[in-house]
Amino acid sequence: MNKYLLYPGCSMDSSAKAYMESLNSIVEPLDLHLEEIEDWNCCGATEYLGINLIPAYSLIARNLALAAKQTSDTRTVVAPCSACYLNLAKADYYMQERPTLGAKVNEALAAGGLEYKAGTLDVRHLIDVLVYDVGLDAIRKAVIHPLSGLKVVPYMGCMLPRPDYQHRWSDHEHPTELDDLLRALGADVIDYPLTTSCCGGHMTQIGPETAFELIHRLVSDADERGAQMMVTVCPMCQMNIDAYQNEMNHFFGTNFHMPILFFTQLMGLAFGRKPNEVGIGVELVSARNALAHIGVEVPVTEEPAAPRKKDEGLPMPRRWTKHEGKKEAVK
Amino acid sequence: MTERVGVYVCHCGSNIAGTVDVVDVANWAAEKLGRQGVIIAREYKFMCSSLGQELIEKDIKELGLTRVVVAACSPHLHEKTFRTAAKNAGLNPYLVELASIREQVSWVHSDKAVATAKAKAVVSGAVSRVIENRPLEEIKVPINPNTLVVGGGIAGIQSALEIANAGFHVYLVEREPSIGGHMAQFDKTFPTLDCSACILTPRMVEAGTHPNITLLTWSEVTNVAGYVGNFHVTIKKKARFINEELCTGCGICQEKCPKKVIDDVYEAGLGYRKAVYTPFAQAVPNFPVMDKENCTYFIKGTCKACEKFCPTGAIDFNQQDEMLHIDVGNIVLATGYDLFDARRVSNYGYGRLPNVFTSLEFERLSNAAGPTSGNIVLRDGKTTPKSVGVIHCVGSRDKNFNNYCSVICCMQGLKFAHLVHERTGATVYNFYIDMRTAYKAYDEFYQRVLEEGTLFVRGKVAEVTNAARNEREKGKLIIQVEDTLAGKQRRIPVDMVILSSGLQPRKDAKEVGKMFGISCSMDGWFTEKHPKLDPVSTMTEGIYIVGCAQGPKDIPSSVAQGAAASARVLDKILQKEVALEPIKASVNKEMCSGCRICNGLCPFNAIAFIEDDKVTEINPALCQGCGTCVAACPAGAISGTGFSNEQIIAQIDGLLLRNLEVQEAV
Amino acid sequence: MPQMTDERVRAGMTREEDLSLLNEVSMKTAGVSHLEMCIQCGTCGGSCPVAADMDHTPRMLFAMLRAGMREEVLRSNTPWLCVSCYHCVVRCPQEVHIADVMYTLKGMAIQAKLYTDSTAPHFSQTFVGMVETFGRGYELGLATRHYLRHFPLRLPGMMPMGLGMISKGRMAIVPKKIKHMDQLTKILDRAKELELTS
Repeated sequence: MNKYLLYPGCSMDSSAKAYMESLNSIVEPLDLHLEEIEDWNCCGATEYLGINLIPAYSLIARNLALAAKQTSDTRTVVAPCSACYLNLAKADYYMQERPTLGAKVNEALAAGGLEYKAGTLDVRHLIDVLVYDVGLDAIRKAVIHPLSGLKVVPYMGCMLPRPDYQHRWSDHEHPTELDDLLRALGADVIDYPLTTSCCGGHMTQIGPETAFELIHRLVSDADERGAQMMVTVCPMCQMNIDAYQNEMNHFFGTNFHMPILFFTQLMGLAFGRKPNEVGIGVELVSARNALAHIGVEVPVTEEPAAPRKKDEGLPMPRRWTKHEGKKEAVK
Repeated sequence: MTERVGVYVCHCGSNIAGTVDVVDVANWAAEKLGRQGVIIAREYKFMCSSLGQELIEKDIKELGLTRVVVAACSPHLHEKTFRTAAKNAGLNPYLVELASIREQVSWVHSDKAVATAKAKAVVSGAVSRVIENRPLEEIKVPINPNTLVVGGGIAGIQSALEIANAGFHVYLVEREPSIGGHMAQFDKTFPTLDCSACILTPRMVEAGTHPNITLLTWSEVTNVAGYVGNFHVTIKKKARFINEELCTGCGICQEKCPKKVIDDVYEAGLGYRKAVYTPFAQAVPNFPVMDKENCTYFIKGTCKACEKFCPTGAIDFNQQDEMLHIDVGNIVLATGYDLFDARRVSNYGYGRLPNVFTSLEFERLSNAAGPTSGNIVLRDGKTTPKSVGVIHCVGSRDKNFNNYCSVICCMQGLKFAHLVHERTGATVYNFYIDMRTAYKAYDEFYQRVLEEGTLFVRGKVAEVTNAARNEREKGKLIIQVEDTLAGKQRRIPVDMVILSSGLQPRKDAKEVGKMFGISCSMDGWFTEKHPKLDPVSTMTEGIYIVGCAQGPKDIPSSVAQGAAASARVLDKILQKEVALEPIKASVNKEMCSGCRICNGLCPFNAIAFIEDDKVTEINPALCQGCGTCVAACPAGAISGTGFSNEQIIAQIDGLLLRNLEVQEAV
Repeated sequence: MPQMTDERVRAGMTREEDLSLLNEVSMKTAGVSHLEMCIQCGTCGGSCPVAADMDHTPRMLFAMLRAGMREEVLRSNTPWLCVSCYHCVVRCPQEVHIADVMYTLKGMAIQAKLYTDSTAPHFSQTFVGMVETFGRGYELGLATRHYLRHFPLRLPGMMPMGLGMISKGRMAIVPKKIKHMDQLTKILDRAKELELTS
């Protein structure tokens, strides 16, 4: 049994409710037990840190304090949202790196009758525990409808693999966890060089033109590589690329139609859930056409790249991964 | 008996006197430490000068001093000077003690009062200690005139030749099938653009045929015992599966071998070799080796094509690894470097983007004897690039990877720019943080490359990507960088990227260091005895380090170090015997419980357990007097001459000024 | 590693009024900023996905901090454009906490009222106001309030998106408040006092 404390974050019951619904649909087949942190509050996203230092970290730390208090037989907090994950991890790390900050934050927490000793909890992202705790083998075993024929680009976004205070990811620039997981579901994973490039973050709100440029880079490159959809692990990435794609098209005079789904939605589908059980249909750029490819009986013959002709070219070095040999890799 | 102690406090110009009131210290010592036996305390501007030394010698003779304390710099620098002075005046040199009031006092404090008080304590500690010192005699041991050189790159070859030419025997051990090292892989050498093979191969041949050199390739040192003058070395001569007596080096076996293997070593992964192979045409020796892991016969039990075609019957599938035991007096380590693994900088795309190459790959690509016969082409094996970006500082000067500057990469990057320009006419961009061309004729080479029209961009490259944003970038590698001199982010599309990768210590440097009893720096390079004044010696007598094993360096510096170490070796050989410091640990057998805790701790392999007696013994010739075992022994059975318990306790009492309390109580 | 500035101040080794601009920024940054270690290599400016819209690259800002150009730095749009993608942070060869320094500069600019474009600061303040009232982020409210203030002409263009989000149930109509808002308020009030005294 895999038990965790869940920090859902504000988006999960509104803009990213598809993420929450699909997450709920996979806990049972994977024997995941998620216990919500009681009375959690907003992590401040990327906004509070730019206004006041101590209040921003105190806001985040209240959640850590609540989680630590609630701890029964797990000390791992799981956040499905990359921004929440980063903020929680960052507060935990900086409160240790800078003891004066830790002391002040605890002084503030004391005003609310709380305290948090930095380093008490493990803060992890949902995909981290799925790939490394639950494991790709267990995920493969739960697959009923392989996603064969669905061409996807894995989009990890920025705040998940970076700055990576606890060295949890295979790489900062081209991590393979999402690729591996999608392959385990049977999807055709396209190598996506922009997998950890930025979606624009809050720039959709404060400088839309800047954000449109970033969204355009992501969507056009995914389209160029023949992707039928993008797959994300973050509510903010999903929101920016989904809800602002239309305006981006207006701005550039383009006509992209690139759906973006949460990885948990594809997991749910592969585990045999119906589209409406995993929140499909609430996306603004419809995934209907792309999903038509799932379930069609096509044997897996396509390879991501054509094999190099023998003797013609020069051999390539093996690809680097920090976890080489250490953690599970897709066979 | 009461000892007669002289205390000498050095000003070291203003080095000490600027922070410590040296007159006060001397007066204090004379006044307060009189009961301890101090009969004279003086201060002087430079104690290490001949006048300063004469002062001490005169006092020894005229005042009959039996102990001397010099409060000055670290014993690393001038202990020998003052001991020699004492010896000249007829006092046993080991009755002189240095109190370090420069490195440990004046240089690390700013408050004069505090520093002066601490200097007094340090002097007091030294006085208490020196009284417990015992006269010691140096140990003389004969020197074996043979030398072991480990590593057959240019530094090791140079070192071996210098010693061999002087008439002494050298064992030159090389792990790979041929000597030559990294230099054998290069096409041209900076800044003169000499053909690397043309200047290297004569040296290789000379080393291979020299009557005073025993060449052991495809061999590795597995054990080292003994001490300066008398090392016993075990060498594993790996089975070549070739009878060297019969082999003529005709090459037919390589031609007939059906098994192609990617050559990760000599061809840097960019070309192929056979399962039986000599790495390159000018290999020394030119006997091939059989790569057991890839040989079809060893894998499947059939094939033997090489055996069938060998005209002299030199193939021997039954050959076994051989263990050789040799005795040498000195050892030179020339074990070289590994290239930084550029795959770790994943934003540069090496291993993911085909047309990103490492420096060694490019060396092979541009080498006429390389896999493309010197044609600079993309990884498809045929397209000539029209634009090339050379990225400096890959893996170097970066806290995420290696902290240090790899020294050679700037010049290497300039050489690449020149070669690309000369061979392809492509537009070349060089991306650098700081241009480091500090050596004879190096900056002139930079000027030349500037003149050739290479476009320099000052900025550390942020990423290399194949995600195009417009038509101009389609199908290209885009180098994204801040041009820091223009203050703008730029995206420069190119066909090929060359990473000027840094150098790093051999991955087994730590274990090798341990085997030879020497240490590695934080970065993993072998540590020299003194960074400026003794760069080729180590803290272990008789072991020398040369070339990149000691730190990143270019060919001229490697050669210079190889020769320098040989001079040190010849100096030792010609002395015929060597005096060993008598600072040694010894075991009191009565007290030793045979627990063996100390056995694994000795960094110099000086401790052996005597099974018959069930006690531990220390070889005085191997012991370097580090004191590790003394501190570790739970029974207190080990004591160190020069570091006896009596000395240490007395010094602590002195440091804490307990000696004064006793005195005052009395 | 150099001793952290705030610790030096507390130990009386450095007086607060003597702090250089660089040290002041370093002191106000979470974690150890390593700002003094910058070698001006440009990895940050090269990595930044929005560098084209910045008036100064991050590297230039760091040089300006060293030069004590307080007003120019705090007027710069650079920190406000930072999207917190952390590309520069993981690539920086000197381990400068660049993204966190940007947060610090935003805070300093707000305090000194030196920012030139009010869009971003007001967005942050609106968002924070929401969190301080409800304890949670209120997306529809946030977006509406923010857009009314800054893009009154754009709002109709955004309506289809907003309506789409509402009709698909992706925007809450009623703000959710956490149970122990009083506790959070106490914590934040105390934190603000501590911020002023530090």
